[in-house]
Amino acid sequence: MSNAPLTRLIFDSLWKNNPALVQLLGLCPLLAVSTSTVNALSLASATLFVLLVSNVSIFLIRNVIPDTIRLPITVMLISAAVSVTELLMQAHRYQLYKTLGIFLPLITVNGIILIQADAVARKNAPLAVLYHGLIIGVGFGAVLVLLGAIRELLGTGALFTDMHLLFGAGTETWRWQVLKVDHPLLVATLPPGAFLVTGCLIALKNQIDTNVERRSKLG
Amino acid sequence: MKWGVSIAVNFAGLTVAAAITSIAVSWVYCSTKAQIEYQVRREQANKIFELFPEYEHDNRVIDDTFIVESETPLLRTREAEEGYRVRKTGAVVGVILPATARDGYSGDIRTLVGIRLDGSISGVRVVSHHETLGLGDLVDLRRSDWVRGFDNRSLTDPPPIGWNVKKNGGVFDQFTGATITPRAVIHATRRALEYANLHKVSLFELESDAP
Repeated sequence: MSNAPLTRLIFDSLWKNNPALVQLLGLCPLLAVSTSTVNALSLASATLFVLLVSNVSIFLIRNVIPDTIRLPITVMLISAAVSVTELLMQAHRYQLYKTLGIFLPLITVNGIILIQADAVARKNAPLAVLYHGLIIGVGFGAVLVLLGAIRELLGTGALFTDMHLLFGAGTETWRWQVLKVDHPLLVATLPPGAFLVTGCLIALKNQIDTNVERRSKLG
Repeated sequence: MKWGVSIAVNFAGLTVAAAITSIAVSWVYCSTKAQIEYQVRREQANKIFELFPEYEHDNRVIDDTFIVESETPLLRTREAEEGYRVRKTGAVVGVILPATARDGYSGDIRTLVGIRLDGSISGVRVVSHHETLGLGDLVDLRRSDWVRGFDNRSLTDPPPIGWNVKKNGGVFDQFTGATITPRAVIHATRRALEYANLHKVSLFELESDAP
């Protein structure tokens, strides 16, 4: 019985109420950075990290701070977490830091994190706070990485290019030339491609939902 | 009276939170500072090494800098940037000049141009740009070898008319769908060569070394 809310939560954030595909939150980095798998994966992990740090720290101080100043303090904590992430990335993954550019600091204003932080402050179970953050972050990250992979595949015909930027030397070989194409679909890696692919993903999800619903009505 | 207290409490709360977060960020900043500086220098050093491989010099090029002022004619730098001198047994054998192309497709294209004493190019690297992914970014060595086409060129090879894309009667390739970006880089490189030619004496420290 105790597992029921958890599976429900997972289903909710990964599918039914996915932050990126349904709530359409954090679209700015989602669209801008998802030009390749490695970029998407990096931003997804940075976002996840910030989400976890801010969730936990806000949870820890939720009873100490008055309600009236909870929001400003939340924002402060989130921006501190983002600054720390940015510095660490600059120190250890310099190339990625340069690629992600402005979208790293922009994690601060990602609506998913603020909404999460606010919701967490009203909860009481420490573990729930952790896995809630984890699942929401993964829900967002999964769409980001999927988008990145699709755009990279359409735009360059390959997958997992430049993985060494994230995972260190030796992983350059992960690059997988899926299709040999002379003229890849360049538009996929350009900004319009971000909107087109995201739109297709949302449409696909809605179509699946509609089919499932229709089938359950018939049955 | 009541609201006075609540203001005081909120004030204290915000102050403490600001202090704690600031301390946390400063601590991380201090502990990563050295590593970040190392990364920035390493990237710079890599670029220099690519332009002038070790057998061509014996000084620490990254520390042998001179300032190129902002708005320098020909180099068109937006801000003051560093140029480098490459030496062999004390004598300057080459310089690395920062050159900015302001006529790219979107925003500035910043390059480093390595120029030898004889006026030939040892290499050109694009340091930063905002050109269209997949089209204009082919000027970046990570994306294509195009930029190597400048190696060993000089002001007389090709002659001035040739310093353009083929479409405009020059000798350098343009990209399918992108002429503006390569043309901007070509012109920035040519201007850097002109600058080096104009200031040859001071750049290569010729007067002091002349017998």
